[in-house]
Amino acid sequence: MPFSPKLPTPSSTRPCGLSRSQCITLSGVEFIPDLSGALYAPEFHALLVADLHLEKGTSLARRGVHLPPYDTRESLLQLSAAITQAKPGRLIFLGDSFHDKGARERIDAADLALLRSLVSAIDTTWITGNHDPTPPEDIGGRIVTELALGPVTLRHAPSLLASGEAEIAGHLHPAAAIHARGQRIRRRCFIADDRRIIMPAFGSYTGALSVRSGAFDGLFDDFQVWMIGTKAIHRFPASQVR
Amino acid sequence: MSLPQRFLDWFSARGWRPRAHQLSVLEHAQAGRSVLLISPTGGGKTLAGFLPSLADITETGTGHGIHTLYISPLKALAVDIARNLEAPIAEMGLPVTVETRTGDTPHAKRQRQRKNPPDILITTPEQVSLLMADPHAGHLLKNLRTVILDELHAMVTSKRGVLLSLALSRLQALAPEAIRIGLSATVADPDALRAWLVPTGEEPAPLVLGQPGAKPHIRILSSVERVPWSGHSALYAIPEIYGEIRKAKMTLVFVNTRSQAEVIFQSLWEANEDTLPIALHHGSLDVAQRRKVEAAMSEGKLRAVVCTSTLELGIDWGDVDLVIHVGAPKGSSRLLQRIGRSNHKLDLPSEALLVPSNRFEVLECQAALQAAEANAQDTEYPMVLKLDVLAQHIMCRACAGPFHRDDLFAEVTSAWTYRNLAREDFDKAVDYVATGGYALKAYERYAKLKPQPDGSLRLSHPRLAMVYRLNMGTIIEDEMLKVRLAHVKRRLGKRVLIGGRVLGEAEEWFLSQLTAGTTFLFAGEVLRFEGLDEFGALATRSNEREPMVPSYQGGKFPLSTYLAERVRAMLADPSQWNGLPPQVKAWLSLQRFRSAVPKAGEMLVETFPRADKHYMVCYPFEGRLAHQTLGMLLTRRLERAGLQPLGFVASEYALVIWMVRDLSLAVSAGRISLGRLFDEDMMGDDLEAWLAESMLMKRTFRNAAIIAGLIERRQPGKEKTSRQMTVNTDLIYDVLRTHQPDHILLRAAWDDAAEGLIDAWRLGKMLRRIRGQIIHKALDTVSPLAVPVLLEIGRESVSGEGHDALLAEAADALIDEAMRLV
Repeated sequence: MPFSPKLPTPSSTRPCGLSRSQCITLSGVEFIPDLSGALYAPEFHALLVADLHLEKGTSLARRGVHLPPYDTRESLLQLSAAITQAKPGRLIFLGDSFHDKGARERIDAADLALLRSLVSAIDTTWITGNHDPTPPEDIGGRIVTELALGPVTLRHAPSLLASGEAEIAGHLHPAAAIHARGQRIRRRCFIADDRRIIMPAFGSYTGALSVRSGAFDGLFDDFQVWMIGTKAIHRFPASQVR
Repeated sequence: MSLPQRFLDWFSARGWRPRAHQLSVLEHAQAGRSVLLISPTGGGKTLAGFLPSLADITETGTGHGIHTLYISPLKALAVDIARNLEAPIAEMGLPVTVETRTGDTPHAKRQRQRKNPPDILITTPEQVSLLMADPHAGHLLKNLRTVILDELHAMVTSKRGVLLSLALSRLQALAPEAIRIGLSATVADPDALRAWLVPTGEEPAPLVLGQPGAKPHIRILSSVERVPWSGHSALYAIPEIYGEIRKAKMTLVFVNTRSQAEVIFQSLWEANEDTLPIALHHGSLDVAQRRKVEAAMSEGKLRAVVCTSTLELGIDWGDVDLVIHVGAPKGSSRLLQRIGRSNHKLDLPSEALLVPSNRFEVLECQAALQAAEANAQDTEYPMVLKLDVLAQHIMCRACAGPFHRDDLFAEVTSAWTYRNLAREDFDKAVDYVATGGYALKAYERYAKLKPQPDGSLRLSHPRLAMVYRLNMGTIIEDEMLKVRLAHVKRRLGKRVLIGGRVLGEAEEWFLSQLTAGTTFLFAGEVLRFEGLDEFGALATRSNEREPMVPSYQGGKFPLSTYLAERVRAMLADPSQWNGLPPQVKAWLSLQRFRSAVPKAGEMLVETFPRADKHYMVCYPFEGRLAHQTLGMLLTRRLERAGLQPLGFVASEYALVIWMVRDLSLAVSAGRISLGRLFDEDMMGDDLEAWLAESMLMKRTFRNAAIIAGLIERRQPGKEKTSRQMTVNTDLIYDVLRTHQPDHILLRAAWDDAAEGLIDAWRLGKMLRRIRGQIIHKALDTVSPLAVPVLLEIGRESVSGEGHDALLAEAADALIDEAMRLV
């Protein structure tokens, strides 16, 4: 009898879970990184997510690249799980939530309903990004270009900071690599110093950029990264990051 | 009907006569029958293939369009074949035009070939598919009479062969009159090739056998040195290899991997007191460099070439009188093919020397020698039915013009490789090409194939044909980067690197692991890695003798099932040990004394403590891939049984697992049964659970996604490297597995994994073989037979599965360091 394996059984791909031991502190405010790529601020009951790029799949399909059209659903289920876990009172999107202007028109009805139900249950803010300068207005929540969370400013792209200012941004999709036992391991990551946190991209089809690439030049002094593993988040100093 | 007079004159002017098999092929061809010629190298095989076409074109006249397609697996070979064919054509004064068409053929020449086609077109499988995607192919091929398939044995075992079989099914529809002439080296199953060659349902092509060559002389190096316990470098034998090279006129030194080639080449140079001209030839070297070596060989300027399988196929590059095979040959047919490179004349025996690089390889070499003397073949069975390749072919068909599903289904199943294709799967493949084949109908309006009023399907945009042409093919290589020799200049006190000569290419993953200053062996020298720039890697010459990074991979073959069986039989029969070198014989005798030597059909399992751990070693002799899979599955079971396994290492011959708890004790106390542990049911849920998360699976999926056209590696107007690919295939795999696990691409990847990277077929067969045949030895200490695989521990790197553990370990190490400072 030839070996005929059964097809793989579905399973959630990215677990979520707050990593309380790996707290990132910025201007005295504690932020807890989540395995999903979200960041939770207990003091403000706020859950932060960056760069969902919803409907990136259908965006590529127009050119004849038919990637599985489940990226939006996957990202939303992930977000839903992160919300269930953290039970935030506020939900803040840090921009590039929609991959392009046509995303709202292309989104599947079931996915749209799921997004609306998430947004309607929590006080939601959409920060605009370069991919979505005008996010759809019929989903719920308010639309802003920047937002203050206590002493910290939330915005899409990292910017020049005034003295004493601190920010959390997305936009760059950071990833870091370390060498262990002769192997190179690369993962999405949070990167931070004492003035700035840049969050990893939350979306399912979003690529990542090495924190050693030129785009990060001048943004950080002595930084640390929080690499997102399969089951845990691992913190490394800049000296270990390749 | 037979050969025209001027052919006979040409033969006799050379003092030759047409050989029996050449005439036999001619007879079949002239009767309009496809035919398979199996002949050893040097038997005038190429000419046998061409004679019918040359005779026919001479008769019917030149210039009626392409008369003969000659399909060769290698670009370089196509060029050489054309050159070799020019001689008899010129000497006989035949009115026959010959041209080549490969990936390197310039656009202008292609255009000219279209307007003014040659009588004989020599080309590669990929080019045939591209031709089939051309809407005007029917016109170009209306006079096609013959398709010659060279090195058929090498093509049919891969996805290239599967794609070629589909292109031929299309060709059959365009030129139903054309016959096929298959040229092949000796194979294990000629009947499969005979059936492969003709449309489903037809009589298999008649078989013509060439004259067998003289029996090869094969020796195994009996070194005065100690044969190493493990490792693959064979450095102990360098002085002896050098001595053999000195005695011979021209030696080919075959090795199994590129890194081995580098190491052997460098060591030979160090031993080269007479400064003999010795060269290096492998797939990572720059093409120009390789051509130079080949030219020097045919001019007789070299004394030895260290090479990998790159010199295994094709025409002669000089008068080789000795083949040295370093490392185990892994298969009998492979060995015979390589040995055939020496004394490429039928009446003289080939001379070959096998150099085992460790003790187990001595056994394997001995088994290979016996198999080769018996002329036993262990070539793989032709590969069949690949869904990703089918998807690519459907796109190919669509590029040529609108088609009806039913017609294409009939055409595809006329290929022997797809004779068992289910209609349902075919329809799924068409749907996949059209809209991705997803349950969520998101892409209907972006469909690549649009239904027409007459029910046919038509390509929705001409851009898609361009994308197809840029991305078609089945060879998915690791992303390669050029390695350039850099010059160091000082500018304003700063060290500036200026890129220079290209030395060759290396895998991107290998180069990306290096840090500046690391030395590594490449293109025969020790280089210092300087960094990456937009063109690739920069390196400078180093004065070091020993590179810091030992190797990069490339081309490892698994031990063939047939040789494995022979090795097991040899081990089981002490009377055969007399033929082995004394130190190896002593090693086996000691094993019999200390532990046991398994009888034929048995599998030995040893358990013993060592330092503070407990070890289990088993010896299935089924190749590294199958052993790795077995290791993954057994570790899961041992974990569940509470034995706390810590790790495992697989070699070609054995598997070792180490653990915290005492397995010997658990077995003797009846708490665990080895029969249960090795039960075949591990191939069910355990295998699936492991595979679904495995890196191997993701790699396999990536290849299937690229072949099936889900991912575009190249786009019109710009070339993207796979690193910059819009979306990482790992992400696609995860998303697809979660939301549509029965998708056709996941099935394609799953099938590939079962046959390829995890070797599940072979493992399943092995588990059935050893049922009730396990002999267990609980020992106090490591046995002689176990030493080689234990020495591999620590050399092997942990595979992708353990990345989270490695991250945690790296982070913990940091904590330890921090704690010490306190």
